[in-house]
Amino acid sequence: MTNHYTDIGNADAILIIGSNAAEHHPISFRWVLKAKEKGATVIHVDPKFSRTSARSSYHVPLRSGTDIAFMGGMCKYILDNKKYFAEYVNEYTNASFLVGEKYSFKDGLFSGFDPAKKKYDKSQWAFEKDEKGLVKRDKTFQHPRCVINVLKKHYERYNLDLVSQVTGVSKENLVKVYESFAATGRPDKAGTIMYALGWTQHTVGVQNIRLAGIVQLLLGNFGVAGGGINALRGEPNVQGSTDHALLYGYIPGYHNAPYANWKTLEEYQKGNTPKTADPMSVNWWGNRPKYIVSLLKGWFGENATKDNDFCYGLLPKLDVGMDCSHLFLFDRMYQGRIKGGFIFGHNPCQSFPNSNKVRKAFDKLDWLVVGEVFHNETTDNFRRPGADPRKCKTEVFLLPSAYRAEKEGTISNSGRWHMWHYKAIEPIGQCKSMGWMFVEIMKRVRALYAKEGGALPEAILKHDIPSEFNAEEMNRRINGYFTRDVEIGGKQYKKGQLVPGFPLLQADGSTSSLCWVYCGGYTEAEGNLSKRRDLTQTPMQAKIGLYPKFAWAWPMNRRVLYNRASVDKNGKPYNPAKAVIEWDGKAWQGDVPDGGQPPMAQKGGVYPFIMTTDGHGQLYGPGREDGPLPEHYEPAETPLAQNPFSPQMNNPCMKKVSGSEYDVLCKPADPRFPIVLTTYSMTEHWCSGSETRNGNGLLEAEPQQYIEMSPQLAAERGIKNGDVVEVESLRGKVQAVAMVTIRIKPFQVMGKTVHLVGMPFAFGWTKPKCGDATNRLTTSVGDPNTTIPEYKACMVNVRKATKVTEL
Amino acid sequence: MPKAILIDTTRCTACRGCQVGCKEWKNYPAVATKQRGTHQNPPDLGPYNVKLVRFSEHQDGDSVKWLFFPDACRHCLEVPCKSGAELEDSIIVDKETGAVIYTEKTAKENFETIKSSCPYDIPRLDPKTRRIVKCDMCIDRVKKNLLPMCVKSCAMGAMTFGERSDILKIAAERLVAVQKENPKAQLCDMENVNVIYLVAEAPSKYHKFAVADASDAMKGDPGMTRQQMLAGKFAPLRKLAGPAQG
Repeated sequence: MTNHYTDIGNADAILIIGSNAAEHHPISFRWVLKAKEKGATVIHVDPKFSRTSARSSYHVPLRSGTDIAFMGGMCKYILDNKKYFAEYVNEYTNASFLVGEKYSFKDGLFSGFDPAKKKYDKSQWAFEKDEKGLVKRDKTFQHPRCVINVLKKHYERYNLDLVSQVTGVSKENLVKVYESFAATGRPDKAGTIMYALGWTQHTVGVQNIRLAGIVQLLLGNFGVAGGGINALRGEPNVQGSTDHALLYGYIPGYHNAPYANWKTLEEYQKGNTPKTADPMSVNWWGNRPKYIVSLLKGWFGENATKDNDFCYGLLPKLDVGMDCSHLFLFDRMYQGRIKGGFIFGHNPCQSFPNSNKVRKAFDKLDWLVVGEVFHNETTDNFRRPGADPRKCKTEVFLLPSAYRAEKEGTISNSGRWHMWHYKAIEPIGQCKSMGWMFVEIMKRVRALYAKEGGALPEAILKHDIPSEFNAEEMNRRINGYFTRDVEIGGKQYKKGQLVPGFPLLQADGSTSSLCWVYCGGYTEAEGNLSKRRDLTQTPMQAKIGLYPKFAWAWPMNRRVLYNRASVDKNGKPYNPAKAVIEWDGKAWQGDVPDGGQPPMAQKGGVYPFIMTTDGHGQLYGPGREDGPLPEHYEPAETPLAQNPFSPQMNNPCMKKVSGSEYDVLCKPADPRFPIVLTTYSMTEHWCSGSETRNGNGLLEAEPQQYIEMSPQLAAERGIKNGDVVEVESLRGKVQAVAMVTIRIKPFQVMGKTVHLVGMPFAFGWTKPKCGDATNRLTTSVGDPNTTIPEYKACMVNVRKATKVTEL
Repeated sequence: MPKAILIDTTRCTACRGCQVGCKEWKNYPAVATKQRGTHQNPPDLGPYNVKLVRFSEHQDGDSVKWLFFPDACRHCLEVPCKSGAELEDSIIVDKETGAVIYTEKTAKENFETIKSSCPYDIPRLDPKTRRIVKCDMCIDRVKKNLLPMCVKSCAMGAMTFGERSDILKIAAERLVAVQKENPKAQLCDMENVNVIYLVAEAPSKYHKFAVADASDAMKGDPGMTRQQMLAGKFAPLRKLAGPAQG
């Protein structure tokens, strides 16, 4: 989230799209209700009418996978009707930047596409620069290649008729949403966009979010109270684990993982540190070398020295172009190329797409270690229905894990608040925390390497691994220490002192930090700031519900990111009634500002978007794999025979696995599979359900696999409410109880009726008669930037079950 | 002065934290349920489910209305189920809180009589102990200055517990606010009960027994519904609550 949960209460309009906030992020919705009671319009755009819709001002049903068409229409509406915040757009976004001559868009493709590699040459989308290296600008917006005109041209096609035809949303509803939300394009109004997996889990997932970013920039909604773009992260500490590099392509703190073409630290730093010629651009990522060296010092301790490249050479390197995300990982496993592995807090046999394939892939392993609280579909995969345990070669080790309340540590919420939780009770039996397991396993692995050697033993032996796991000490290591006595800015720091904040991290090895964004969260003066529960605030902070002493938020306890965009060039809040920061002539008041520099118009002032290289919000974003501007493509499986927006049917760069008989996609408008399936979580079960299916009250409330469908579809198929039906895709079959409901409506799409059904993914075979994985139906395709799979849209058929076997 | 709970259904998201929290606190055993084509599960209140969120969906012109009703004992001011009891101490009213408590002696009462004397269809029979069971306002928690479990577990702020006089005030204010957009909003039987529901639509759309229904109990007297009877009986209280009337 750019903002945070409490801040949602400040919004004048709330657009919940790609999220079922009330059901899946209930606490966020507490603040939605507060905003609504203060008069905010709450708009829910989603394929089905859910508990979120029930509490929103109104619900607009949308065909799954057409969010870019929907939001592109909003973009056009804002531009056509001049609803944008002109000063903000001109000064703070790249609207006036000139796009280079090589950029073009034709027939659904941007310039630079290589059809053989399915990749773009992104250099073709670069901005035009002058001889000093500064991006050329036309603040009068006359130049045809200035970003705002490129944007207008691109979304010209997204007219109400076409958007309505593609999304299945009536034109009246489109205008209703566009009007309500665009009304926040005024300085004194704020609109927030809340999204979750309903946006990320598409082959255009990243571009869905990019487009929300564009809309919010146009409306001047970044940096302000009640604004921003707010990703609702999951309870499994999704925010914290992303910060600490859960994903294969990153190392902690949002740095690229080392690739084989960056052989030395210098090459890595050069390839990953952006430069700007504009002195007013803070270009914060220019500091990356400091964070990388501090991270290496955190990992390798005393062993990391300037002379040995701080042990950079000991890091594993990915091959260029290699995708190690789970779609490809499990494909390699299916091909027998992986011998064994560790799985903690994860149930891939239930929660990963195309689960028939995933389950078979596990059969190829020699060994598997699972850390879990309960038996689930992954721990017990060898005895799944239809499998013969005697024929399974995999040796499975189940490590009993301590439950949340049985251990202490931190969790980072969606608003980046780092919060400590205390141990309530001792773990039962032999259960241990995962931190303990990791340390104990690594101690033994290191002993083996020390004794027996092996390939590159120093990669393991030079690590500065603690002798025992201690959550407090890990928190301190994450913050980071001075590794020797130093003087910075006239101030002395002693070896072993905690670094007070990431502006003091150094690239010379004098500091360590396991994740720079958290540096400043554990100080010598105040200790572990994630433990703070102090509700004091200034009157200015009270107006926007900002509690700077409650826990600690990264970065540097800043609660609203890009808050310098909430003030004019002289530091005066655009909306004084809900000011986030304000320049009092000498200093900033309110929230922790995005850098302490004076306002933009004053001497030493800087642009507000400090994380972008050019300092401006990126309406046009030349960095993503699949284009500088979001474009509508149909999901990998679609009910349409043609993409009405262009001849390019699907995202041309989408990730696709094709290693097995399960990796199949039905053809567009395949008459065998005419119904759109979307899948989701539920309130009563947590993620794959492996914990909550063991909770009596929860299983009692939601006992069995169901499928939500419209009365019209049910009538067509002769299905009655409560009947058991069989749902079939090209990849598998699932049985489910029909929940026939007016909350799902058939869509009118390109002149034909398209039915949509929805199913939760929480029910698995280890709980008898509750049903089995919905993901047996979903596809092995993903977003080109993240490889997040397209769980939210695939094509199925539904018929009444002749024999009930799973329920 | 008795305690009261305001249940503001306009804030309820049917997360069922109250339903599950109640069950956990009471340590009730699991009930085997089936998916029957609705989220409402178990289908009804039972001896091991004294709190149940009821779901009902309605097509209202172009829009859908999905209504949620976290159902449980209303803890009536004048206690009709007590009038159906034969023993003095099988159903008792805690003076300090106003909580209506069913004791172990309910095992000796006639269940059908007690059940049919409740205008909200609340009492249920535990087949094992033969005791009659319902919500006790978490009297054990309240006596220790803790919130009732349903209120404690409500993350949306849909439930407020406190002194009845305070709750009546809050209820009246919320009603005024909700009526701006929902003219049909009302406080269900506020003058007669300590668990007061604020609904935005006609109560019958939420649940047959959202407001007092005495069709069963009044079979012998078709000329008068229980609601009419209660209304007559509690007239002085209604006057007291006058300004808060919907």
